[in-house]
Amino acid sequence: MQFMLLFSRQGKLRLQKWYVPLSDKEKKKITRELVQTVLARKPKMCSFLEWRDLKIVYKRYASLYFCCAIEDQDNELITLEIIHRYVELLDKYFGSVCELDIIFNFEKAYFILDEFLLGGEVQETSKKNVLKAIEQADLLQEVKTHRIKYETIVFSL
Amino acid sequence: AKYISQCIDEIKQELKQDNIAVKANAVCKLTYLQMLGYDISWAAFNIIEVMSASKFTFKRIGYLAASQCFHEGTDVIMLTTNQIRKDLSSPNQYDTGVALTGLSCFVTPDLARDLANDIMTLMSHTKPYIRKKAVLIMYKVFLKYPESLRPAFPRLKEKLEDPDPGVQSAAVNVICELARRNPKNYLSLAPLFFKLMTSSTNNWVLIKIIKLFGALTPLEPRLGKKLIEPLTNLIHSTSAMSLLYECVNTVIAVLISLSSGMPNHSASIQLCVQKLRILIEDSDQNLKYLGLLAMSKILKTHPKSVQSHKDLILQCLDDKDESIRLRALDLLYGMVSKKNLMEIVKKLMIHVDKAEGTTYRDELLTKIIDICSQSNYQYITNFEWYISILVELTRLEGTRHGHLIAAQMLDVAIRVKAIRKFAVSQMAMLLDNAHLIASNTQRNGICEVLYAAAWICGEFSEHLEEANQTLEAMLRPKVTTLPGHIQAVYVQNMVKLYASILQQKEQSGEKEAAQEITQLMIERLPQFVQSADLEVQERASCILQLIKYVQKLQVKEVPVAEEVIALFAGELNPVAPKAQKKVPVPEGLDLDAWINEPPSDSESEDEKPKTIFHEEEQRHSRHRQPEIDEEELARRREARKQEQANNPFYIKSSPSPQKRYQDTPGVEHIPVVQIDLSVPLKVPGMPMSDQYVKLEEERRHKQKLEKDKKKKKQKKEKRGKHHRHNSLHTESEEDIAPAHHVDIITEEMPENALPSDEDDKDPNDPYKALDIDLDKPLADSEKLPVQRHRNVETLKSPDAEVPLEEKKSKKPKKKEKKHKEKERDKGKKKEKEKKKSSKHKKKKHKKEKEEKSKDKKKSKKKSHHSEEEPPQSVQNGTLDDEPLPPMSSYRLLAENPYIKMTYDIQGNLQNDSQVTVSVIFENKSTSFLKSMELNVLDSLNTKMLRPEGSSVHDGIPVPFQLPPGISNEAQFVFTLQSIVMAQKLKGTLSFIVKNDEGSTHEKLDFKLHFSCASYLITTPCYSDAFAKLLESGDLHMSSIKVDGISISFQHLLAKICFHHHFSVVERVDSCASMYSRSIQGHHVCLLVKKGENSVSIDGKCNDSTLLSNLLDEMKETLSKC
Repeated sequence: MQFMLLFSRQGKLRLQKWYVPLSDKEKKKITRELVQTVLARKPKMCSFLEWRDLKIVYKRYASLYFCCAIEDQDNELITLEIIHRYVELLDKYFGSVCELDIIFNFEKAYFILDEFLLGGEVQETSKKNVLKAIEQADLLQEVKTHRIKYETIVFSL
Repeated sequence: AKYISQCIDEIKQELKQDNIAVKANAVCKLTYLQMLGYDISWAAFNIIEVMSASKFTFKRIGYLAASQCFHEGTDVIMLTTNQIRKDLSSPNQYDTGVALTGLSCFVTPDLARDLANDIMTLMSHTKPYIRKKAVLIMYKVFLKYPESLRPAFPRLKEKLEDPDPGVQSAAVNVICELARRNPKNYLSLAPLFFKLMTSSTNNWVLIKIIKLFGALTPLEPRLGKKLIEPLTNLIHSTSAMSLLYECVNTVIAVLISLSSGMPNHSASIQLCVQKLRILIEDSDQNLKYLGLLAMSKILKTHPKSVQSHKDLILQCLDDKDESIRLRALDLLYGMVSKKNLMEIVKKLMIHVDKAEGTTYRDELLTKIIDICSQSNYQYITNFEWYISILVELTRLEGTRHGHLIAAQMLDVAIRVKAIRKFAVSQMAMLLDNAHLIASNTQRNGICEVLYAAAWICGEFSEHLEEANQTLEAMLRPKVTTLPGHIQAVYVQNMVKLYASILQQKEQSGEKEAAQEITQLMIERLPQFVQSADLEVQERASCILQLIKYVQKLQVKEVPVAEEVIALFAGELNPVAPKAQKKVPVPEGLDLDAWINEPPSDSESEDEKPKTIFHEEEQRHSRHRQPEIDEEELARRREARKQEQANNPFYIKSSPSPQKRYQDTPGVEHIPVVQIDLSVPLKVPGMPMSDQYVKLEEERRHKQKLEKDKKKKKQKKEKRGKHHRHNSLHTESEEDIAPAHHVDIITEEMPENALPSDEDDKDPNDPYKALDIDLDKPLADSEKLPVQRHRNVETLKSPDAEVPLEEKKSKKPKKKEKKHKEKERDKGKKKEKEKKKSSKHKKKKHKKEKEEKSKDKKKSKKKSHHSEEEPPQSVQNGTLDDEPLPPMSSYRLLAENPYIKMTYDIQGNLQNDSQVTVSVIFENKSTSFLKSMELNVLDSLNTKMLRPEGSSVHDGIPVPFQLPPGISNEAQFVFTLQSIVMAQKLKGTLSFIVKNDEGSTHEKLDFKLHFSCASYLITTPCYSDAFAKLLESGDLHMSSIKVDGISISFQHLLAKICFHHHFSVVERVDSCASMYSRSIQGHHVCLLVKKGENSVSIDGKCNDSTLLSNLLDEMKETLSKC
């Protein structure tokens, strides 16, 4: 997998993970282009599209689009599974996840993704193991959490 | 935006504070802002600070931020190396994990090189959590630092059989990814994977394995045969669509690779096609899409089995999803045959009518043309039908593909001689109704077809039945609204038409009619003369003059038709676009030389060099018309040349004599066509193609009857495939003879055309570097750079042989030049030393660096490397307590007035019976040392590895020469059987000393001491594994005690680590447990206790001799302190 993007129906990026080294400028360009293409597609259309020399697999969950770029020979269906599995993980972790969860706890969403995928490959196929790892890592963090100020940033945007 | 900049200011304030929690919070905010698209690269250093926080909470945030915003260009990334290494060896698995995860996102070639060995060690970590991360990240390391692949591969292979399924699947993932790029190196793993495939139940893993096999089979057909059965079983049994899809895909790949050798796999093909049909019929759009995609792969090799599903695919054309329709179209392209072409195209035409949205309609249009024209109109049996399809397509408004249709019309009309008459009549109709087509000229691409129509009507005017009417249509004032290049073609072809009408009239003696037509031309042409388009203007004025002249002659009652028609004599042949390029320049022809003397300035510049050909041509084709003055002729020539240039089917003026127009003796006979005005014009735009379908059926039926008759009467005539040459009367059994014959003229490519096929591969392919043979035994030079070997590594590079001038320069300088990596390392340090104003004005950091470089300097004279910290050092936190004195593991080997040799021995991780001896040669004299050769007397147990073919008495030449005062390092590999005892080998170094007085031969004897410690490899071990090892009970025990120790415990441990290759497992106060492993896999465990003035060491090891020898050595080391 080359990268994974999460964006809202309004086209706001919610999470991005790049498994190939690209410059910021290029990342921005790709993101803009893909968000536009994917949002332009009708709901009845299939979840795959060919884009440059990559295949894009996307799926919409509630108001969020999950969008992955894979290479030519990769399996589209398994990528859909990966997206689904990730959503399941978020769901389990946050308890019926919604877009706001991901906005306010974006670092957690990243941590979960990192436990699930590494370098663009599936790292752990067992849901239980991923969650266990996350929970234990969380335990390491002190109990007192600094409520983070970026909430205010979020609201203002 | 204002708010954001305010926020950023706030964050900057927070970053300046000392409180790490505040900093981490600020970095976290930055990460969020980065996602929103703001540049946060200025905070890279702060991110590193947070990364190095000791608390996991902050470290985690630091690494997250780093993984999101670091990339190869981030300059502070090199500062992270030590931090990451520290985290990797942290006892907390989550510290290690988070470091690995972060590293996977921003690994650079430098990081990969420096950390490869650490990660490799982690691959055998006790925790599966770390193991699987380490395995996965190795793929990224391989990509960045391909040299690491071979050393790491054996261990990666081991992981395929790891007890933990997560690690196993990680290893499968990595090997699959590697193998997909360069499958041939991984064929040897096939049996292992086959076992995995048949035993595994994890679909994720299965898919990867199956994909891997898909990559392997093209290289090994036998594998394919074996695979078919388990794969078909899987297809039958699995319920997971993704697995099913992968299986089908691989089966297809297998069958493609087999198709040459093994014909009989129709059963599996049938199965695949069936399953795909189920996918396509599914209501899920995704499955439908993939089904079609896979189907098109089958189509390439087994078109027959797909063709039976034509109905289904045609249904897909009605799908709501455009991407599905496009896939279906792709499939149709491959499915057509002579039999079903008309039917399919008819359906497509219906879709063209229905299609809303121009992009999809345009796509349909191009597909129709592609389908029909594929492989030289192979499937078209009736070209009249095709022309009418093309004409029907012109009714599409707003398509961008007018030029495509035009090109097809031209192509067909030129190649298929038999169709010309029909084509001309259709084109005439188009011209007549040009106002319909060109109603909206500017935006309408379809008017391009008028270009083709005009040209066809003009060029083949002899077939035109109502030339007069067509000519009038072309002279309509409306024409001037067309784009310039079309008007130009109009003008040119008007004259052709005019010429043929003129001739026709003259032959039938209708002089008045002839004059009328001339008059018409003279009346209408001025509108083109006024055109804004230069080309049109030029042609029109040229022709106008010509016709005026003709009129004069007509008045004098001179027959002019023949001469006018001679303007356009000659047959046009289609020429392949590359043909010109492929004609070799005939011998003796210099294309750059002047053919004539450069003419005087009377002629216009640009036609000079080419004039000759036109003159030649004219000489052939007609007698010069002396009446026309020279200038007029030149202009006409120019016009014609322009016309040729615009016309793809003309040969441009060229030095290829065989491609010139055929000589036409005299004027061609032009048939006189009676104009029959009673025939009504066909209504344009009426879909006529349908009637051809019926006609075609009838024709086929007739043919069949004929064939049957023939069969009865005579022996079947054997005939080959035809459709190429003169195939009208030949029929093979199954083929339907086309009604027309496509003139794919053989000289389309000149006979002596040179085939030019160069397949260019992308030299920048990042995966190319990983094309490494993994079965070859590891060479010594491929060792991974271990931390403490870094200097050594760079020194032994093959380009150690530098030009002399460089060598004479001062030592540090020379080293800098010697190797790029070296240069980089050094350069950075130098920079730090010299420029007091370093980039990041962090004093703390700079100090650190300076310290480092001071250490370097101190030790430089004596040896080439020293590290301020021992490798794989003590646990977190104990490191930075006190600075350690510089240490060197290099010992003196031998010395004389000329040369000094120091050496160090390291075990080879990849080979259990080899050690590498690095020897530094230092020239102490003022002479030049050369032809150095090192030889040792092998013992039974220990032998020097010599190049193949040399005897045991041969020495090994040292691959460099030494100018005065210079030192350099060479490495020699030794093989050994037993490692339990220390060994000594006698040896000699011979060399030639060269100075002003001449050269002398010199010798230096030495004794190479292989201590037991040199067989040990620093291997980290974690306390639980260590405890298990001790409990296992199969270790021998021994102990020593050394008195009179004054150095600190910290130093003591560091010494043991450094000189004896141990690593600290755990340290409690003045007591530490240590571990190491020999190259042959012996575990060595130590318990070191410090008393008042003494140290006691208890050791445990698999081999008692080894242990006692090791302890003796240690005693010696310690007693020196």
